[in-house]
Amino acid sequence: MTIDRRKFIIVSGSAVSSALIAACDSRGPKGAQRLLRYAERKNEVVERALLRHTHMDATLAGTHLAGNALPSYYVSKHVPVWNEAQRGKWTLEVSGMVDHPLKLTLDDLQKLPRFTERVNHYCVEGWTAVEQWTGVNFSELARLAGAQPAAHYVDFQSFDDKYHESWDIESAMHPQTVVAYGLDGQMLGPAHGAPARVYSPVKLGYKNTKYLTKIVFMPVANGGYWSDEGYEWYGGT
Amino acid sequence: MKGSRNHHPIVRITHWVNAIALTIMVGSGLRIFNAYPAFARRGETFCCYPFEHKAIPRVFTFGGWLAGARNWHFAMMWVLVINGLIYLGFIYLHGEWRDVVPRKSFPRDAWAMMSYYLFIRKRHPVQGKYNALQRGTYFILPILGILAVISGIAIWKPVELAWLTNLLGGYVWARYWHFLAMVLIVALSMIHIFMVFTVDPYALKSMTIGGYDELKSPEARNARPFYHLFARPDPKMVAELHPALADTGAVRSQKKKPADNQ
Repeated sequence: MTIDRRKFIIVSGSAVSSALIAACDSRGPKGAQRLLRYAERKNEVVERALLRHTHMDATLAGTHLAGNALPSYYVSKHVPVWNEAQRGKWTLEVSGMVDHPLKLTLDDLQKLPRFTERVNHYCVEGWTAVEQWTGVNFSELARLAGAQPAAHYVDFQSFDDKYHESWDIESAMHPQTVVAYGLDGQMLGPAHGAPARVYSPVKLGYKNTKYLTKIVFMPVANGGYWSDEGYEWYGGT
Repeated sequence: MKGSRNHHPIVRITHWVNAIALTIMVGSGLRIFNAYPAFARRGETFCCYPFEHKAIPRVFTFGGWLAGARNWHFAMMWVLVINGLIYLGFIYLHGEWRDVVPRKSFPRDAWAMMSYYLFIRKRHPVQGKYNALQRGTYFILPILGILAVISGIAIWKPVELAWLTNLLGGYVWARYWHFLAMVLIVALSMIHIFMVFTVDPYALKSMTIGGYDELKSPEARNARPFYHLFARPDPKMVAELHPALADTGAVRSQKKKPADNQ
């Protein structure tokens, strides 16, 4: 077979570069999306296998609390603030597959065993921040509510529009997963999820629902706000 | 043939799979980086990156948006790693590692190539399958690749594999090593592509459909970037490089009818 080298170089070179230009900043071919979802499911298997309740997040020596430098995200148009006059007293409902559904006021939460941790915040965007959270261990709430063994998932719901994220129960039961009402030694402010939010260093930021209203134990996962948009559902660290 | 520039099919396939996977990894990685184009922990500063908070131009990114880029990145990483392991396993078992691991004479050989490219030396040094600069590049690239993979795992699982992340100096530094490894891989790849097109475009054949005309080697043409790109072999060089070919008169007949001799 005779191949004109110059032609070969020009044709192959321009084919590669035009394919690259066409691909730039696009989301890639539609047909690939199924493969990407397949890879996400396989990655979830790996991430679940790596999760240990004995693996703890620890902040490095010499790091400082982010304090005011911690960005605040919400999906509503304005900072969500619980309006007592309109909605009555804020409560946290613990329901679903539990033997004793709970309805806890902020006072009730504060009376439960208090847990404080200084940990990293891993944002999906790539930044990290050091924060100090105070609240109740999720595992304590699960024990009080009598979570049933068949509840393999838990959904964290909010009053920030329809924001929610469901988790695997193993991540939720991690000793560093906390329903927090305090940040950096003060009561949680509206910017960071007041009156209470879930926080755990074993999940990326978007999995940690702020402005918490309901914790629902479930037999299957029900996605989440950002998970449904295309971010990994598992979102572990 | 010893020193032949032909490549085993496994090397050719893994080369192109790597080229595609790497392009997608770099593009999607830059899109992920653009979500927070800085290294500093929130509320702190970072010493060692002069372009903190300056985004990478969109044309160099792939994936469309953060989630899209992440999905590509976390899928393509398996292709890159598995393909890389096949390549490294193959060259280890099949002996090709001898062509890329630098020899004792590396500093001298590398200087000879540098001085040739800088027009200090007149004749292209004869150094086997790859010249010393190629050897160094093809040796360092897999090492940078391994660094990129290790630092990538460290920022993927900073809690579950905290020992690894801490080994690299923590999340912020692991992310920095990941970025730096990428920059070096891209720089070396750019030089590689530039040299292929300006010095030895004939290597495109040996890296795709296979086959390499030794009479067109950079040594035989005495080629530098843009110099002697389409030159006929220098009979003196061929006599030195391939005495057998020179004796058969292959060089002379090539001069008469270049079109028939491909």
